[in-house]
Amino acid sequence: MGARRTMARLNVNPTRMELKKLKARLTTAVRGHKLLKDKSDEMVRRFTVLLREDKRLRDEVEDDLAAALKQFALAGALTPPYVQAAAFCMPATAVRADCGTESIMGIDAPKITLNESASSALPYAFSEITSEADGSVRMVAALLPKLLRLAEVEKAVRLLSYEIERNKRRVNALEYVMIPQLEETIKYIRNKLDENERAAIVRLMKVDSLQ
Amino acid sequence: MQGKIAVVGPYETVSVFQAAGVAAFPAADERSARETLRRVAHDYPVVFLSEEYAAPLQDLLKRFDEAAYPVVLPIPTGKERGYGEAFLKDSMERALGVDILFRK
Repeated sequence: MGARRTMARLNVNPTRMELKKLKARLTTAVRGHKLLKDKSDEMVRRFTVLLREDKRLRDEVEDDLAAALKQFALAGALTPPYVQAAAFCMPATAVRADCGTESIMGIDAPKITLNESASSALPYAFSEITSEADGSVRMVAALLPKLLRLAEVEKAVRLLSYEIERNKRRVNALEYVMIPQLEETIKYIRNKLDENERAAIVRLMKVDSLQ
Repeated sequence: MQGKIAVVGPYETVSVFQAAGVAAFPAADERSARETLRRVAHDYPVVFLSEEYAAPLQDLLKRFDEAAYPVVLPIPTGKERGYGEAFLKDSMERALGVDILFRK
């Protein structure tokens, strides 16, 4: 037990000055621990919300996009590849997105909003391409907002998961290392000071009795 | 910040996105996808990556995790569907330590 104590104790001089300093540090550490723990709880709450949204969006997008791509492949089979390539290489609409950031618990997460310029017209003549292709392109265009939202959410989930992990380490470091160490050292200094005091009293009594 | 959107993937996948107004960067295999993604991620804040390249390019994708942009989103193309679940599991594992969605 003695060995463990010396290990957990900080290497400081047992003086009243140090005791005062350590007490202040302990209060800070305890308060910091509480704050971080609250932060962690809130982050986890938000994380679970985002996680569910991510799953929901992905499931939705997965089915729709697979359908659109399948239809497009079908259309591709009906049109010569070069005609298709020529039809699609000059899109009429250039999708632009406003890329900002949004703070989630102090983390910068992306905030993307779609602003489609120009019309929603298809970029080719109807005679060139089959209606299946039209449909699939429209479907993909309609999916874009959802895909962007998914991109946003997924990035937020990622960033948040790392932040939660980091925060957890901080909480643990405070809870299992810093705070016990400080408490241990404070106890040690108190004992030492008490001991010194007793020694001083005994010495005085001894001196007193000698006279 | 104004930004354009790009998509990286096999030709059949990206061309439909191109028609919808997304800048398309076809990549026929893993290696060219890696090269293309690295280049595209510089210029475009939002990049869609065809899902079949997500697993082989995991190490590259990890590097985009640090900051808000660029956002690289593996999109489901119907061929492979593992990515979404794997991603959610990985994040859950890291942040919570338990599986709250799939319960396996």
